[in-house]
Amino acid sequence: MDIIVCCKQIIDPEIPPSNLKIDETGKKIITPSGTASVISPFDMHAVEAALRIKDKLSGKITILSLGNNFVREVVKKPLAMGADELILLEDEAFDGLDSWAAAHALAAAIRKIGRYDLILCGRQAADWDNGQVGIGIAEFLGIPAVTLAKQIEIVDTKVRIERLLPDGYETIETILPALITVTNELGDPRYASVKGVLAAKKKTPTIWNKTDISLDVPHSKLLKVFQPIKEKQCQMVKADNPAEAGAKLALKLREAKAV
Amino acid sequence: MREYKGIMVLGEVSEGKLNSVTAELLACARLLADSLKEKVSCVLFGSRASDFSQEVIALGADRVYLVQNSLLDNYQAETYLYALEQMVSMGLPNILLFGQTAMGRDLAPRLAFRLRVGLVTDCLELSIDSAKKNLLMTKPVYGGSARAVFASDFFPQMATVRQKAFSPLPRDEKRTGQVIECIIIDPAVLQAELKTKVIGKKIEEYSGVKLEAAKVIVCGGRGIGGPEGFKKLEELARVLKGAVGASRPPCDQGWMPASLQIGLTGKIVVPDLYIVVGVSGSSQHLAGCSGAKVIVAINSDPEANIFKEADFGIVGRWQEVLPAFIEKLKELTKDA
Repeated sequence: MDIIVCCKQIIDPEIPPSNLKIDETGKKIITPSGTASVISPFDMHAVEAALRIKDKLSGKITILSLGNNFVREVVKKPLAMGADELILLEDEAFDGLDSWAAAHALAAAIRKIGRYDLILCGRQAADWDNGQVGIGIAEFLGIPAVTLAKQIEIVDTKVRIERLLPDGYETIETILPALITVTNELGDPRYASVKGVLAAKKKTPTIWNKTDISLDVPHSKLLKVFQPIKEKQCQMVKADNPAEAGAKLALKLREAKAV
Repeated sequence: MREYKGIMVLGEVSEGKLNSVTAELLACARLLADSLKEKVSCVLFGSRASDFSQEVIALGADRVYLVQNSLLDNYQAETYLYALEQMVSMGLPNILLFGQTAMGRDLAPRLAFRLRVGLVTDCLELSIDSAKKNLLMTKPVYGGSARAVFASDFFPQMATVRQKAFSPLPRDEKRTGQVIECIIIDPAVLQAELKTKVIGKKIEEYSGVKLEAAKVIVCGGRGIGGPEGFKKLEELARVLKGAVGASRPPCDQGWMPASLQIGLTGKIVVPDLYIVVGVSGSSQHLAGCSGAKVIVAINSDPEANIFKEADFGIVGRWQEVLPAFIEKLKELTKDA
């Protein structure tokens, strides 16, 4: 089983919003130097999904990352968890692509890799939350796409997916090769073992740049980025002890006609 | 060559009712159409689609396209993509809108890539640029910490719109519109070509008030510490005739079912009163509740981000605050 997992390096989504600033072009989010980068958490769930399939059936997992200025120890994390190979599409020209151009570039890289049974992506990147690239890759490659997988099982030559619904899930079966996007309900990604971390250190990623991968024009134009102004002021309810504060809160809510 | 004209909305029907997001989309489409002096059309799929044509006209549509085919009774990506692609090539809309719902987030990207056009998902605002007459699409990014404005040079200009971002228009039963019945290819032929098959479905039943409909919601987070703690939240919800929800950690930990998750990747709710207990207030959570009229936060950490979004706050352990809060509420609401 040849599995490709697309992993995006992003600014750690857990940093406080006050640390985000907008640069002078008005189009880019910047953070103080030293802010941690991570692989988008949903992509880590996709790595976990790939590893679970490999645990059962064996096979090869290739991690594919598109962007620029990769932090090596961040993008190597899936290798430390048990993935086999890392291909970085790294070029200044690959920075800040829209969903169309990103899917186009990733699909071109996947064609260049050639062999694949399954392509996995996170349900959306935790920075721009577009949720389009996975589906776009499948459209470019002409293979079926199933979104929001909470469980993936290979059954003979087919793949069976439990797909998250607002009030439960549905089971979908499709042919291979297929593209599947993974949601956090699949379960937490495993920790890397010490042995895994050491092995990952020794691996050299393959790097492709814009001369290796053709780039298409964006289909949506970013005009500007801004930070919304907050007007809320929280009224803190204080009392001698927590119970009294609780009772006082009830009275305040009645006063505000909220209860 | 025909021009791309008009605003097209994909309507959604669930459990035999027009989904509230469709009414919101029609209100949004109406604003855009009036500013462009163009018309609003609404596409409805499924064997009972015609039941809703008058309703969508009353809510703002000028034209309704019906595809009354039983193959479209339930959302299935391939059949819906096939049918909608045909409707778009027939209608050639200037703008095409979806709700950011389970269906919209799956279908809209498929169609955009199929049509080779751009798409902006999860928009909070849509407007028309007065000079260029193109669509400006604003979406939250970085979990709502910032917003980005996009435009596209490809037609139709496509967007999905966050639920509750727009208020529906009052129904005007006197409005009139044109209803057009459309026929797509023989369903049997299409069915034979499907690459994906739905082979089962499991719906989680949860007793109690539905989150989407609740006027009062009590939401617990990681700070609740386990499934037992949610019993206290249920007691509070009962007193206020509300529903219980959770932020992501309790769902990921299995304390609460995933269907009760409130946030960017869960449910988007807009209750009158939202009481958050033991929730730190990540932007991913706030994306699902920031539209609530009154937000009350109870958290033991005075630095918790949730206090920046709340109207009322108590710094304290919920185990100590809630019993007295509930008792007082019982007393205050007993005549009601």
